[in-house]
Amino acid sequence: MSKYFLRRLLISIPALLGISLVLFTVLALAPGDPFEELATNPNVPPEVRANLRAQFGLDDPIPVRYLRWVTAMVKGDWGFSFVSRINVSTLIMQRLPTTLFVLGTAQLFGLLVALPIGVYSAVRPYSFFDQLTTTFAFIGFSLPTFFTGLLFILFFSIHLDWLPFIYRADISATGWRWAWEMARQAIMPIAVLGLFQGAAMTRFVRSAVLEVVRLDYVNTARSKGLSEKATILKHVVRNALIPVVTLVALQIPGIFTGAVITEQIFRVPGIGSLLISSILSNDTPVIMSITFVFSALVVLFNLIADLVYGWLDPRISFR
Amino acid sequence: MDEYGLKELITHVKAGRLSRRGFVQMMVGLGLTAPMAAQMLASAGVVQAQSKLVYKPTKRGGGGALKTLWWQGATLLNPYFAVGTKDQDGSRIFYEPLASWDPDGNLSPVLAAEVPTTQNGGLSKDGKTIVWKLKKDVQWHDGKPFTADDVVFNWEYAADPATAAYCIATYKDIKVEKIDALSVRVTLAKPTPFWADAFVGVRGMIIPKHVFEPFKGGKSREAPANLKPVGTGPYRFVDFKPGDIVKGELNPTYHMPNRPFFDTIEMKGGGDAVSAARAVIQTGEFDYAWNLQVEDEILKRMEQGGKGKVDIVAGGDIEHIQCNFTDPWKDVDGERSSIKTKHPFLSDPAVRQALNLVVDRAAIQESIYGRTGISTANYLNAPARFQSKNTKWEFNVDKANQILDAAGWKRGGDGIREKGGVKLKMVYQTSINASRQKTQQVVKQAAGKAGIDMEIKSVTASVYFSSDPANLDTYPHFSTDIQMYTTTMTQPDPELFMIAFTSWEVSSKENKWQGRNITRWRNEEVDKLYKAAEGELDPVKRAGMYIKMNDLAIQNVVVIPVVWRPRVRAIASKLKLEQSGWDSDFWNLQNWYREA
Repeated sequence: MSKYFLRRLLISIPALLGISLVLFTVLALAPGDPFEELATNPNVPPEVRANLRAQFGLDDPIPVRYLRWVTAMVKGDWGFSFVSRINVSTLIMQRLPTTLFVLGTAQLFGLLVALPIGVYSAVRPYSFFDQLTTTFAFIGFSLPTFFTGLLFILFFSIHLDWLPFIYRADISATGWRWAWEMARQAIMPIAVLGLFQGAAMTRFVRSAVLEVVRLDYVNTARSKGLSEKATILKHVVRNALIPVVTLVALQIPGIFTGAVITEQIFRVPGIGSLLISSILSNDTPVIMSITFVFSALVVLFNLIADLVYGWLDPRISFR
Repeated sequence: MDEYGLKELITHVKAGRLSRRGFVQMMVGLGLTAPMAAQMLASAGVVQAQSKLVYKPTKRGGGGALKTLWWQGATLLNPYFAVGTKDQDGSRIFYEPLASWDPDGNLSPVLAAEVPTTQNGGLSKDGKTIVWKLKKDVQWHDGKPFTADDVVFNWEYAADPATAAYCIATYKDIKVEKIDALSVRVTLAKPTPFWADAFVGVRGMIIPKHVFEPFKGGKSREAPANLKPVGTGPYRFVDFKPGDIVKGELNPTYHMPNRPFFDTIEMKGGGDAVSAARAVIQTGEFDYAWNLQVEDEILKRMEQGGKGKVDIVAGGDIEHIQCNFTDPWKDVDGERSSIKTKHPFLSDPAVRQALNLVVDRAAIQESIYGRTGISTANYLNAPARFQSKNTKWEFNVDKANQILDAAGWKRGGDGIREKGGVKLKMVYQTSINASRQKTQQVVKQAAGKAGIDMEIKSVTASVYFSSDPANLDTYPHFSTDIQMYTTTMTQPDPELFMIAFTSWEVSSKENKWQGRNITRWRNEEVDKLYKAAEGELDPVKRAGMYIKMNDLAIQNVVVIPVVWRPRVRAIASKLKLEQSGWDSDFWNLQNWYREA
């Protein structure tokens, strides 16, 4: 298995290089530069902009810029942001904890909702409970997060005035007060994301369990006198969850890169909002790093998903 | 209005027949800036008006937290790299200039003991040297004293091209020497009528020598203090996350008594303008929100029974339409809108006049901008009695039709006018922005009635306002017939604004489209006036020349002003502050307080 792992790892190097080349070329060909604000201000002479372009190497040919980027990246230097002129790695590390907290909790919340509901409705398909949850699940993943987000703000913040709708990463309070404030501000973004994730996952869990629950070995388990609980938990869920685990593993890279829209609506200072503001200001090094890290994580977690799959299901062998 | 008219007005102000503020507004209406108007009054010996805001708190601190919201967060806190206003505002919390511009365009001293004038010997008669006297007993946040060495260092720092300061133009041609520990002499390269640029306003924030000295020039990016400012301002640095939040706490050794009022300050970034307005006006979660580019209707709805209000302050930003004087559709040596060509129909004054008549500014103000955009024919609507004939605007499609008929532009079968095989079909370009697209529609409709066909084009702002020499869609390339955008006129001197009408600044392939004359209009008289004004030391004479240049540009319909856009901010009901259209939002942050 370690041989398999190593081979997959080596294969991923050209894949990542290819991805980076495509990303870099697309970004380099995209029009615009990060000095928009200098342009409308007649007080800033145009030479200043020209100098900055030259200093940041924006006037060099694309292959030269790409090679420079790759060699720096290999050495672990992610470059610096054109806009804030600080290292991209610092910028990302500042945003990562918030994103991990909000998205990780949302993912967990989604799972906690999806698992029991999905299993229960699959065990009693087409019952009233199943119909109800199916309806809600459809509503849940049909409504885009920007809509539910605004709806939540309108209702809980403006109409009821219960919750703040501006997320602040560093609250000045400490102890219980800090926890309370944190919970109050995080509840809406987490709920919006968690419910969306949970709705989709409920459907997935339901269909996975439904497939397994009809199999002969489940009937065998029942007929040999196992309790319904033991049958479901030990025999059905365990086998049904194999594809669910893969799905969750594949979703993990998303936790690191944030949820662009939800972060924007609630002003959550995560990676997603960093990405969107960098795109809007043409801050190429930051966009490049985030998208590249994202693709690296996708490649990595694909590999992990494959390994986990094999571990859960011994019938699969690595060659 | 010429020099004599101006002199007469100034005597009215002196005699008290015309208010100071009235005079300043009138000058802004004539295309000048408030600081320039104030300079005229000062030269005539009219005393400076006191600031409107009275600071009531009698002790330092105790005000709790001040929470402000910028929908684009500050991305850096070094004032010399602070390209955007958001970065300048973030830096201004911690750093201070020698003097700031108040709402009436007066200089108000901050780190300077007094504003230099010819009367107090601060300004030389030849307009070449300025002596700044610095305030005593000012401390940096780390306890070190603020002295003349710091000021001299700031000049060295900013003037070094390797530092890559955005405001290098302000500093590269001057010389700064220390006279003694608390005074410096600034020597200008040539007699400069408008001397208050270096060390003043947003481009004049002073950074400490002892912190930044090792990071001058090529290493400027590596200074740790770029992220952790050490300044002289009313608040000390606590925390900074680029694009997200800037936090500060009360500076216990601040150099003004009983200030500041608040214990902490927070500048939160991100999100969008509408929800920022909502957080201040409707829910009261925040105290202050910056730059509300929101339709007035929405703001009005929020204000009903809200916890805050909208504050609108005069500034110099003008949304205007530019006419292209060269042919944007002909390629000459790989360059469109080349100066070697002539526009097929916009070079005809009749067409430009007709165009000026079909821009319905009243409708644009009423239905699109509301309080946030005031219709204008000039650079501000001056009081009616002082409006010259040249700066009146009119919406009159019939008249436009008459003018075009008289000039020989006949309607074709499709209703579009033509003359000698040239059709009045034009492309109208602007950046993507809801209000701008609505304005385009209003103009297009009226133009259609006058037999002018307009095709609407909109470009993403980040492309349109970029300096990419390879992209045809940037505004300096001007590859369409007409275009519309706002020039931000926060600079106190109109000289740089007027340079846009001089012949040597034409934007072209040769200067990589860095020239500032975008319309490519050339006029000998303007060139002459501009050169004369450069060396004119009498502020009144100089103002007269700029008004004349402005009139020429308007009369010839080189640009068509649409609306004047004041600064729009949301403020919590109990927060007391005074906005200035000529400086940073935080120009007098030390005086902000909350009423009980």
